[in-house]
Amino acid sequence: MTRLLRLSILPWVAACLLAFAATAVTAEEHKKSHAAVAEAPKDLVQVPKPPFSEGIFPCSQCHDPKAMAPNTTRRVLKDMHTDISLHHGPDSRWCLDCHDAYNRDNLHLAGGKLVSFNTSYQLCGQCHGDKLRDWRVGIHGKRTGSWNGAKQYLLCVHCHNPHSPHFKSLKPMPPPARPEAIQIKNGGAK
Amino acid sequence: MMDQDACQPTPGAPCPSGENNGRREFLGAAVAAVATALTGCGKLSKEEFLQHNFRELSKEEVLTVIERLEKEYKEKYGKDVKVANTPALPGVMFGYALDLSRCIGCRRCVHACVKENNQSRDPEIQWIRVLEMEKEEGVNLQVAEQYYNPAEVPREGHFYMPVQCQQCKKPPCVKVCPVGATWKEKDGIVVVDYNWCIGCRYCMAACPYGARHFNWGEPNLPSKDVNTDTHYLGNRPRAKGVVEKCTFCVQRTRKGLYTACVEVCPTGSRKFGNLLDKESEIRYVLENKRVFKFKEELNTQPNFFYFYGV
Repeated sequence: MTRLLRLSILPWVAACLLAFAATAVTAEEHKKSHAAVAEAPKDLVQVPKPPFSEGIFPCSQCHDPKAMAPNTTRRVLKDMHTDISLHHGPDSRWCLDCHDAYNRDNLHLAGGKLVSFNTSYQLCGQCHGDKLRDWRVGIHGKRTGSWNGAKQYLLCVHCHNPHSPHFKSLKPMPPPARPEAIQIKNGGAK
Repeated sequence: MMDQDACQPTPGAPCPSGENNGRREFLGAAVAAVATALTGCGKLSKEEFLQHNFRELSKEEVLTVIERLEKEYKEKYGKDVKVANTPALPGVMFGYALDLSRCIGCRRCVHACVKENNQSRDPEIQWIRVLEMEKEEGVNLQVAEQYYNPAEVPREGHFYMPVQCQQCKKPPCVKVCPVGATWKEKDGIVVVDYNWCIGCRYCMAACPYGARHFNWGEPNLPSKDVNTDTHYLGNRPRAKGVVEKCTFCVQRTRKGLYTACVEVCPTGSRKFGNLLDKESEIRYVLENKRVFKFKEELNTQPNFFYFYGV
């Protein structure tokens, strides 16, 4: 099961990381997965939808190439998307390093290959290869479902906001009661 | 032999037939009555009092016991509580690994566990205890804090270590139990027969992890909070005066599901699986990560591991 998953998302990794090339991947599998923008293995593991802000996807609703010509000049956005502040190495990158200027509903890898938002882990894995390696076998990140059967996994972006990836702090749930706070009433502790 | 002696104060005198049986019945009833009075549980039925250790019961007897329990729970909670008796799966040894580099101490696991396993709510019995420790100190119980309650976790300079039953291969709690009410199942889960437990709490003294908890009072479990999917050796509602502990959610894991704490953890720090399956997540952790066992020097040989996933 885990092995199948590994094989199915492995082709592109093999292209990027030589370390994994040892696990045999046929050229046909490689081609197939890229042609389909690396579809997730639906019958094995179900992927919840990427956590888009409401009403924002598909991006091409606004970013229609006919109506709005792409401006590929690196700049700070002043009119739209001002709610996004980039805390993900902002000195060295900007929007179009990950988002594709000509296919707005997709992302692209460093080499220009398009990837779907549903398989954005491919993009994250370009830099965070060690995390991707652990994620593929279910060690980094969360798996739910069955320990010996079908599992659900989350995308990187379900836990890490891609624009500000540090895991957000949470309010802790209540601590245990201190022994002195427990009192005996009517033969039972209250 | 004893019966003979007692029946014949003068050697050679005839023992009237029938007297023996009558006295046995009387003694049985008397013992049950006295024991009922002693345990302080007026509700204890004769069947419950005379029930044997779970491991000595035949299949039919187990079904009778389960039927009785389900009836009792129906009366008490007004809900159809299902008490399962699923045995250990063949070829399975459960193992658990917790990523100390990711846990943020949010206690979601603690409360998901309470909800899943029908613990007493007030006072709340918690099977998982999260320790806040200082990064400067490392895993050092002398500077561990379990009552931490800041506005947000993780706190700067701290890390968090949840502790629950370590499902030891050599469980000291099992060794000390004077009545055999707790034992290790074939899939590695240490379980308690709550109906056989006498509440002596030796196991709690023996456990070096503080993983066992005692019902000092009648467990306060509101009907609306009862999880009706239970297991005899796991999360079925308990009575006053018995010890309870984490069972790796035996009612879930023997059906192939993850434990409640794995399901709820927002950071994915908790990993669970079959130690005998080479493809399992747990084996990957053991083979590729820096792993340690808590209080390894005590040679309890836990099936619960801590690791650093970074």
